[in-house]
Amino acid sequence: MTSETGVESSADRAESVRAGHRARMPKSTGRVGDRVFASAARGSGALVLAIIVAIAAFLVWKAVPALQKDQANFLTSQAWDPNAATPRFGIVQLAFGTVVSSLLAMLIATPVAVGIALFIGFYAPRRLGGPLGYVVDLLAAVPSIVYGLWGLAVLAPHMEGVSKGLNAALGWIPIFGGDSPGKNSVFTASIVLAIMILPIISSLSREVFLQVPRAHLEASLALGATRWEMIKMSVLPYGRSGVIGASMLGLGRAMGETIAVAMVLTYAPGVNIHLLEDGGATFAANIANSFAEASETGRGALIASGLVLFVITLVVNMAARAVVARRKEFA
Amino acid sequence: MAKRIEVSGLHAYYGGTLAIEDISMTIEPRSVTAFIGPSGCGKSTFLRTLNRMHEVIPGARVEGKVMLDDDDLYGPSVDPVAVRRTVGMVFQRPNPFPTMSIYENVAAGLRLNGVRGKSKLDDVVEESLRDANLWNEVKDRLGKPGAGLSGGQQQRLCIARAIAVQPQVLLMDEPCSALDPISTLAIEDLVAKLKNQFTIVIVTHNMQQAARVSDRTAFFNIAGTGKPGKLIEIDDTSTIFTKPQEQATEDYITGRFG
Repeated sequence: MTSETGVESSADRAESVRAGHRARMPKSTGRVGDRVFASAARGSGALVLAIIVAIAAFLVWKAVPALQKDQANFLTSQAWDPNAATPRFGIVQLAFGTVVSSLLAMLIATPVAVGIALFIGFYAPRRLGGPLGYVVDLLAAVPSIVYGLWGLAVLAPHMEGVSKGLNAALGWIPIFGGDSPGKNSVFTASIVLAIMILPIISSLSREVFLQVPRAHLEASLALGATRWEMIKMSVLPYGRSGVIGASMLGLGRAMGETIAVAMVLTYAPGVNIHLLEDGGATFAANIANSFAEASETGRGALIASGLVLFVITLVVNMAARAVVARRKEFA
Repeated sequence: MAKRIEVSGLHAYYGGTLAIEDISMTIEPRSVTAFIGPSGCGKSTFLRTLNRMHEVIPGARVEGKVMLDDDDLYGPSVDPVAVRRTVGMVFQRPNPFPTMSIYENVAAGLRLNGVRGKSKLDDVVEESLRDANLWNEVKDRLGKPGAGLSGGQQQRLCIARAIAVQPQVLLMDEPCSALDPISTLAIEDLVAKLKNQFTIVIVTHNMQQAARVSDRTAFFNIAGTGKPGKLIEIDDTSTIFTKPQEQATEDYITGRFG
């Protein structure tokens, strides 16, 4: 009996110690907070993946019936006639327009963006550099419809002369060739796109250049390098892969751009290597222009083309991230 | 091709802060002058005023006069870039150009000076690497990245890079502080050899090093945190370490503070 009570009492004591411990616990609310925050963060992360999978699944589900009715090869055909009684459509002209206009935009935007980044980082007085960087970033905040309006109303009329001039001077190069250079061309669309992707390339490049270690800069300065020589010797080699990654992210953005291209570029069927001539088509602009009037098969075809765009942009963005990540290992 | 440096009444600022105050000294050619003193006393700042590297820091400026023989380094028509081609510099941490090969690192300064022609470059690269006591270690891998060398080798590569352009003066900002004792010894041997060709100024935290390598030693000090650094005295190294004029110098070299 005594031994029993003794056992009991020691168990009680243990219990009360544990209870006291537990009673003190709620005072540190951190653990509950941690758990809530962790699950919230994990949930958000999972949600993103779920959304991407859902989008892909939706695109596939809507696209398959139309693809089954396609009388042409979806991947190799240049036709785009999904609303006809015998639908024939393929993505070649859309892929061509999208890739070419975006690549051209990237080629135009990258040198300018790098120039802006270098100017802000190394040439501009600090009082000017800060606000200037802010203004460039602000370009990203302009709605794309505004770029479209500007491209249509302001840029395009001026582009007619530019196109004719380029055609006359460089017509022997196929992309500047053709008989009727115009203003609503892939070239004009590329310029609008270039302005739209300028801020992302410029601000990422600026970040990369800011990370160049002081020791590298001083190494070239101490050898008697001018500012430009310092940039050539120390800044550009260090920032090269970062700039490449930044321009590829710009490329991805240009590929998905819809409304500005839809407004500037007149639709014309087929692949036209003469980029100064009016007309062309991109995935996104084609969807925006023809979705409303499309038949059910037509809509399915457009969604299928959207799926291809989704895959292309995904690949470009992943490649860009990989390039940027590889740079981090060097740094 | 070694020149005398005469500094008079030099003040250096970081923004509104006076970092070093009223420094005057003469640095003799073909000799090694060491700067010693506690951290923050302005010896590195002063060194950087001698090739106008101080002013590359935003807001930094210099008042006073630095004469390299008959040329005023801070004269109104003097291009800092030209000064830096005449007064070479080696930094605390080895900083070879990471994307360049060993060869390209040494040739970098020559290319800046417009030297073209492979045979000429080859000759100078070999000569500079030999002078930097590095040739035998790297001659079979000149095309490999400079960043792949050991720390001590990188520092000697940086010295080779600095002397390849035949400067008048070689400034060294604690060149051994990131190196092991063996590499330190290699650099010290190199300094002793190079003083036959160049005017050498070396900042060091290590008093034994100053005693070993230098002909003259300058002691810098600060009165307290936030106060500007000052030159306490400069004299022959043996004098500074045996019978300094100032009490502060004696306290420092005997380890009573700092």
